[in-house]
Amino acid sequence: MTAQEVRTHAIDINSVLNNRVKHNETHDVSIRVENLKLFYGEKQALHGINMEMPKKKVTAYIGPSGCGKSTLLRCINRMNDLVDHVTIEGKILLDNENIYDKSVNVAALRRRVGMVFQKPNPFPKSIFENVAYGLRIQGINDKRILEETVENALRGAALWDEMKDRLNDNALGMSGGQQQRLVIARAIAIEPEVLLLDEPASALDPISTLKIEELINELKEKYTIVIVTHNMQQAARVSDYTAFMYMGELIEMGTTSELFTNPKKKQTEDYITGRYG
Amino acid sequence: MIKEWFKTGAPWIWLNAAAVSICLIMIISVLGLITVRGIGHFWPSEVIQFSYQNDEGRLETIIGEQVDSSVTPAAMAKATGHVMADNEDALVQYLIKTGNRDVTGTDFRWIQARKIKQQETPMAILVIERREWGNFYGQLVSVKENGKVVASGENAVAVALQKLESTLAVFKEITYIEKKEIGAVNYQLERLRLKQKSLQLTNSLDAGAQKSLTIETATYEERYKSYQAKLQALYQKIRQDSLALKTDGGNEVDISLSKVVRIYQPNNMGLFAKIAHYGSKLVEFLADDPREANTEGGIFPAIFGTVMMVMMMSVIVTPFGVIAAVYLREYAKQGFITRVIRIAVNNLAGVPSIVYGVFGLGFFVYILGGNIDQLFFPEAAPAPVFGTPGLLWASITLALLTLPVVIVSTEEGLARIPKSIREGSLALGATKIETLWLTVLPMASPAMMTGLILAVARAAGEVAPLMLVGVVKMAPTLPLDGNFPFLHLDRKFMHLGFHIYDVGFQSPNVEAARPLVYATSLLLVVVILGLNLSAILIRNHLREKYRALEG
Repeated sequence: MTAQEVRTHAIDINSVLNNRVKHNETHDVSIRVENLKLFYGEKQALHGINMEMPKKKVTAYIGPSGCGKSTLLRCINRMNDLVDHVTIEGKILLDNENIYDKSVNVAALRRRVGMVFQKPNPFPKSIFENVAYGLRIQGINDKRILEETVENALRGAALWDEMKDRLNDNALGMSGGQQQRLVIARAIAIEPEVLLLDEPASALDPISTLKIEELINELKEKYTIVIVTHNMQQAARVSDYTAFMYMGELIEMGTTSELFTNPKKKQTEDYITGRYG
Repeated sequence: MIKEWFKTGAPWIWLNAAAVSICLIMIISVLGLITVRGIGHFWPSEVIQFSYQNDEGRLETIIGEQVDSSVTPAAMAKATGHVMADNEDALVQYLIKTGNRDVTGTDFRWIQARKIKQQETPMAILVIERREWGNFYGQLVSVKENGKVVASGENAVAVALQKLESTLAVFKEITYIEKKEIGAVNYQLERLRLKQKSLQLTNSLDAGAQKSLTIETATYEERYKSYQAKLQALYQKIRQDSLALKTDGGNEVDISLSKVVRIYQPNNMGLFAKIAHYGSKLVEFLADDPREANTEGGIFPAIFGTVMMVMMMSVIVTPFGVIAAVYLREYAKQGFITRVIRIAVNNLAGVPSIVYGVFGLGFFVYILGGNIDQLFFPEAAPAPVFGTPGLLWASITLALLTLPVVIVSTEEGLARIPKSIREGSLALGATKIETLWLTVLPMASPAMMTGLILAVARAAGEVAPLMLVGVVKMAPTLPLDGNFPFLHLDRKFMHLGFHIYDVGFQSPNVEAARPLVYATSLLLVVVILGLNLSAILIRNHLREKYRALEG
C-alpha cells in the first residue's frame, strides 16, 4: 500500500470518526484534537489528526515506530515546544479551551496535564523531595501539607508500603519499576486532570510491568489517561479506547474491544495480527 | 619475523608503556629532587674543623659545614691554573659554608681536599643563627651582661641558652607591640588623616569636626607614645646581654643576644635533639616572617598570600564562569555566534599569562583602579589606593585567566545532564528557570567543581602576571588583619611562586638561599595539592549526591 492510499483511507476514517463523535456528543470529553498538524522543520510528522479522548478513561495509541504516536502525546502538554524548529497547526481542546492559544500559560497547562516518560527519570534527590517537587514549585512549603500529599501520592502509585521507611533515601537507589511508579506518584502529587504515559513499561521487567498496568487501572478512576504503547497486549489489557496510527495519520480509533476484535480497516487488521509494523 | 612481531601489536604496547613510564619517572624525579633537597635543609649537619694549608703554605683553621663537592680531572685543573703533581689524577674540592659574613665578608669558600691536613668535629663548636649577617660558627668564650663576664668555660653554653630564652620572649613581645599594636595605632592615625582631608575636600570641616578629630588624633598619639616608651624599655632589657665568641681565624667577636635567633651545637646533638631542632626549624619556616632579604626565616606571608589569592580568584571566577556557561548552553540560540564565542573562549585559555598581566595592569590597575581612586578615595591622593597593583587586581586578573576552563567544563556538565531530567521537571509545571535552579545546576555542580579544580591548579602556579598586578618581594602587612575592614583588597601580597624566583635568583646570597628554593618549591606543590585535594573531595561528595542516571 502506498502512502497516498494510506492517506485516502485516513481521510475516510476521519470522516467516520467525526460522525461517531457527533453521535457521542453527550459523552464527557476531556481532550479534543482538531486537525492537528506538526512539522519538524520541513518534514511533516502529523497529518491533520482529529480525535477525542473521553474523561476518566484510558486511551491507548498504538502503531509502528515513528508513526507519530509519541509526538501526538507530547502535543497534549506542549512538550514539543522544547524541540527546535517545530511548528504546530490546529487545535487541542482541553475542557473546551485551546491549549495552543497564545494566552495559555504553559507551566500551568503542564500542571493540569502530567506526563510519565519511557525511561524512569527521578531527580537525584530523596524520594520525598521527588514527590514534593511539583508542590515546591508551586510555592507550597508547609511541611504538614507536603507530608500528606506525598503520602497520598505514594499510596496512589502503590508505593507507600514499600517506601514509607525510606522516604529520605536517594530515589536513584530504587529499582527501575519502583522508579517508574515514583515518577507516576510525582505526577499525580500535583493532581493533574490528564496523565500522559509515554510507553511507561517498555524499560521494565514483566512483574514491574504488571504492577504499572494494575496501577493504570486504579488511576483511571480519577484521571483521564492517554498511553502510548508498543505492546498491543498491553493496550488491550489496560485501555478503554485504542487509536491506531500509521505514518502520521490516525487510521482508526474505537473502543478497544471493537478495534481488536473487529477492525474496520485492513491496515489495522494487518498491524494487530502482526503482519507489518 | 619482525613483521609478525609488529602484527602482534607488542611494539605499540611497548611504546605506550614507555611513554607512561617516562611521564612517571619525570614526575617522581621532580618531586624527589625538591623533596630531598627541601626537606634536608632543616636537618642540622655537622660542623667540621679543618686544618688547611693555604696558598702561602701556612696552616689555618676553617670551621664550617660541607655543602657541596666537585671533582675536576687533572688536565682540566692544570688548564685552570692549579699546580698538579704527576700522581694526582683529579682535583677534589669542597664547598664549605663558613658563615661569619660580618668578619670575613663571605659565607662560602671552596677548599682543596689535598690541602686538608687534618679534620675533626669538636663538640664545642657553636652555630648561631642571627637576625643579620647569616650564621656564625665558632667557639663560645664567655657570656657578658652589661659588658661584665657572668659565665665562661664549661657552663657558658648553658647560661647563654638560658639567657637566649628570656631574650626571645622579650623579642616576641617587641614584635607584637611593633606589628599589632603600633600597627593598629598607625592605621587609625592614617584613617583620621584621610577623614580630615576628605572633610577639607568637601569644605565641611567645621570647628566641631576639627576639634573631635584633633582630640581623637591626640589620644592615638598618646597611645603611640606609651607604646614607644614600653618598646624602649624592652629594647634596653635585651641589649644588655652579649656573647663573646672566637672565630676560626682566632678573632674575638661580641654578638648581642638581641640579634640571635638560635644557638646550637650540632656536633653535640643526639638524634632526638636533632629531631627537635628540625621540628623547630620547620615550624619557623612555615609560620614566621622572612629575614635577611628572604634568605632566612619563614615564608608564612607567602603561603598566606598564595592561598588568599587563590581563594579570592575562586570566589570571582566560579559564579562568573558558571553564569556565562549557563547562558551559552541554555539560553543562547545555538548557531554561528555561539560557535564563534566558544572558539574565542577556548583560545583565551591559550593566551600567554604575561599578556593577562599586562592587561590587568593596564586595564584593571590603571584605568579601573585609577577611576575608583578618583571617585571614592580623593582624600588619599596623590597616594593610590586601588590604582596600584594589589590583591584584588591580582585575583581578578587570574580569574580572567582561568575563566575559560570554568566555562568549558561547566558547559560540558550542562550538556551531560540527560534531557529526560529536564523534561521530567518541565512536565511537572516547572518553568525553565525553576528547572535550572532546582535540578540542572545542582546536577552540574560536580562539573563546575572540576572547572574550579583546574582553575585553582592553574592559578596557584602562575607567577608571571602576578609580578605586574600585585605580588611583591616583601609585604610589610598581610592582606587580612585585625583592623577594620579586616580584608584589605588593596594591599600587595607575597606569593610562593614569586618567592622562589626572588630567593633563587634575585637574592644577594644565592648560595645560602638555594636550599630554601627547594623547600619553598616543595611547599608550593604541597599547597596546590592541598587546594586541589579539598576541591576534589567536595566534587566527589557532590558527585555521590547527584549521581547521574545510568546510561
